[in-house]
Parts: sequence; structure tokens; C-alpha cells
Amino acid sequence: MASLQSLDIKRYSATTTTPPSVRESVEVAKLIDVSRCIGCKACQAACLEWNDLREEVGINVGYYENPHDLTENSWTLMRYSEVEEADGHLEWLIRKDGCMHCDDPGCLKACPAPGAIVQYSNGIVDFVSENCIGCGYCIKGCPFNIPRLSQKDHKVYKCTLCSDRVAVGQAPACAKACPTQAISFGTKEDMTHWAEARIADLKERGYENAGLYDPQGVGGTHVMYVLKHADRPEIYANLPKEPKISSLVEAWKGWPKPIALAGLGLMALLGFMHYVTNGPNETDEEDEEKGRRTLGQG
Amino acid sequence: MKRPAGTVSRYTPGARANHWLNAIILILLALSGMSLFHPALFFLSDLFGGGVWARILHPWLGIALIFTFAGLFIRFCRYNIWERTDTQWLNRIRDVLAARDENLPEVGRYNAGQKLVFWLMTIGILVLLASGIVMWESQFGDVFSVEQKRIAAVFHATAAVVIIGVWIVHLYAAIWVKGTVRAMTRGTVTSGWAWKFHRKWLREEAAKGHK
Repeated sequence: MASLQSLDIKRYSATTTTPPSVRESVEVAKLIDVSRCIGCKACQAACLEWNDLREEVGINVGYYENPHDLTENSWTLMRYSEVEEADGHLEWLIRKDGCMHCDDPGCLKACPAPGAIVQYSNGIVDFVSENCIGCGYCIKGCPFNIPRLSQKDHKVYKCTLCSDRVAVGQAPACAKACPTQAISFGTKEDMTHWAEARIADLKERGYENAGLYDPQGVGGTHVMYVLKHADRPEIYANLPKEPKISSLVEAWKGWPKPIALAGLGLMALLGFMHYVTNGPNETDEEDEEKGRRTLGQG
Repeated sequence: MKRPAGTVSRYTPGARANHWLNAIILILLALSGMSLFHPALFFLSDLFGGGVWARILHPWLGIALIFTFAGLFIRFCRYNIWERTDTQWLNRIRDVLAARDENLPEVGRYNAGQKLVFWLMTIGILVLLASGIVMWESQFGDVFSVEQKRIAAVFHATAAVVIIGVWIVHLYAAIWVKGTVRAMTRGTVTSGWAWKFHRKWLREEAAKGHK
């Protein structure tokens, strides 16, 4: 299955023309309300279950986080942060990490393989693994450090936002499994409204910096967080405060490349033009004669 | 080896084999690298059996190039030391391009343009080696940080463009200056070619009793 929604592709990696985009769908979003999360990892289990993946049995290092990082099998991971606040009280922050489905995806921008990464008009950024060449450029492009290269097949994997489920009108497996409804799924507009109600509630309960994490530096995301401390997203296991595609990636994948190619083409053209206008640089019999004399053969 | 009268020996069979092995690998590197450089060039990956094979082969070809280029470097380094007359030659690049060789200082084994090709290739290949290792996800994916890989990617692409540009100059010079290619295919040049383009070198060869 190359793609389940082939007529509503917004972006297609390594392609300079417009992809099939005649059908438009409404933008979707997953909203993760961190304040409701109890860290049960049902979402992690549901992700492995639905995608039919198995994680290696890990090692407990006296810490809830398991596995210890995202992997090619674990596309979502509960990250636990113990934060000591200035007044001395301890906050145990839990954040479900995974692909944010950026509206301006750095992975897709960096990808050199046509169609290995697609963005549907509903906002889901999906890796089409059969087109993946395993170069790992997406890893360099991602502002959230999400894609993981498998050493087994040298393909890169990450959360698909259950694009296969969404295509048939179902919510992602993690949202389905969450026992506290900390994960909800719907249109981006609905999720934003729902978040506003949650934020108002949190503010009423004293979390004056509660807010929505929908970073505009990447054009907004299709996975959003409700954070109690939206002024300090970094305390949630280094969630970047103002993520954007690295300027190095922009330089690497942006306008300098076509300019460089044009420059090389121009060099070749100038060489050709020089030849047809000036002619070759040849030696004549006089040169040969002088050369022979220098060699003592004249 | 028997050499026809009126010719001068310029490259040993070993140097020629080394040069062409290096050339073949460099061209394969350029083609596989360009296939991942820009979407418009992705079709080049078909020459290698598809994108995955281009990705697999490219870094190993790079490792091979380090050996072939090291051979060339050791062979030719001492002839490429920059001299004052090289700067004079370069300042008269208009005369060079207009083939007014009589206005140019006498040139030794290599002219300033050839020396620039030599040093730009050397520096470029070193940059490509260092940055290429950092970008080599399947071998060194865990060794370097994402930020280091991004920096490497920018350097790798930039050095590649410079090297391809240098290669275009190298290739065109060989085509334009007639009688040059045989130096690398047969090992000899005519005495007239040496007189016109590398007079100082010809005198040195003559003094060595190169008859």
C-alpha cells in the first residue's frame, strides 16, 4: 500500500511539481492533554499492538521510562520528568513523545527520495517505507529528533498518526486506548476549541501559565499538547520552546542547491562557448621544431 | 620503453592507471551523489540500481577514492608547490584564455591552473571525507549528534559543488589544449606541446638528458 489517500497529497518528498491534490480533506489533530495523563503507557502498548511491532525487552534502570528512547519499533514513548519548582514542591511531568506531524515538516524537506515522505491534506506526515532509501536525511531535518533508523532493514520509522485508521474514520490507536481521555483526536479546529476549554479549567485551578503547544515555527503541528506550564515547554523532557527547521537544513535543502546546479551548468556552457568561439589551443610545426631543438633532436 | 622521436615522457604507466582509477571512482561518486543532491537528478540513482543502492555504494566509493587520490597526491604533490610565476600566470588569465601563450611566464611541469585543480581537489576531498563520515548514518549514526550531521551535510554539498566545478575546468582544459589527453592515455606529449605549454619543464627534461 503506497498510500491510502492518494488524491489528497499536500506534499511529496523530493518532488518539484504538485502532487495529486484534487481532493481536500479537513485538517486533523491529536490533542494530548498532559494534565490528564497518568503515565499508564496504554498508548505505547496500543501503538505496538495496532502497528504489529514488538519492542525488545529492556532493562529497568530504576526509572519509569521504558524503552529509554524512541526506537524503530516504539513510535511513541512516555517521557517522565521530575521537576523541582522554586517553592520546593515536586512536579512529576509525563509527556507522550512522538512525531508532531508538523505542518512544515523538516523530515520531508530533507528527504531526497521521491515519495518516501508524504503529507496528506489532513496534515498527517507519513513515511512510505518502500520508497525510503535509508539515508537518514529526515533525522537531520526533524526539529524534534523523532525518526529512528532501523539497523535491520535500514528504513526510518516514526508515528504515522495511524494514517491507516484515520483513512477509514477511526481515531489513532493511542487515543482509542487512553483510559483518561488525555489523548483526543478530531479536526484541528475542534481540538483547538477543546484545548481552550481545558486551558480555561487549568487556569481556574491555579495553573496560570497553562496553554496550548502548537508551535508556529513549524507552521503549527497536528499533534498538540495542553501543557500546565506552556511558558516552559522545555521542562517536559526538553520539548523545544520555539522549534523550527534548522537554518542549516534550510541552507542545505533550499535555494542554494538549484543555484549551484545552474552555476555548474553555466560553467559547462561557458566552456563549450569558449571552444566554439576561440577554437582549440593547438601547437604548430614551429612549436614542434623548437621543442625538438630544445631536446637536442633538431 | 620505446618512445617515438619528438615526444617527451610525462606520465608513467602507474601514474596513468592511478589517475584513471581515481577518475572512474570520482565520476561514480559524482553521479551517485548528485542523485541525492536534488530531486531533478534522482533519476541518476537508476545507474546504480536505485536509490537504496546509490545510498549504499556512495560512501564505500568515497573510501576507495581516498586511496586512489592518496596515490595521486603522493605522486604529484612535489610538482604542485606554488611559485611566484604561478601568480603572474594567474594574473594574466585573459591571455591564457585567448591562447596568447607568448605573454605568459614560462611554465614548469604544471601551470597555476593545474596547481589550483590539484589543491582544490585535495582540500575538497578531505572536506568530503570528514563530512561524509559524519553523514554516514548506517555506520556512524550513533556517533554524531543531529546538529553535527546537519553541519556536515552543508559542508558535504558545498564541497561537492566545488569539486564538480573544478572537474569541469580540468576536463575542459584537457579538451581545449590539444595534445593533452595523450599524456594520460599514452604517457607522452609532443615536444611542441611541451615547448608551447610547459617550456620550463621541457628545458628541465632536456637538461636531464631526456632525449
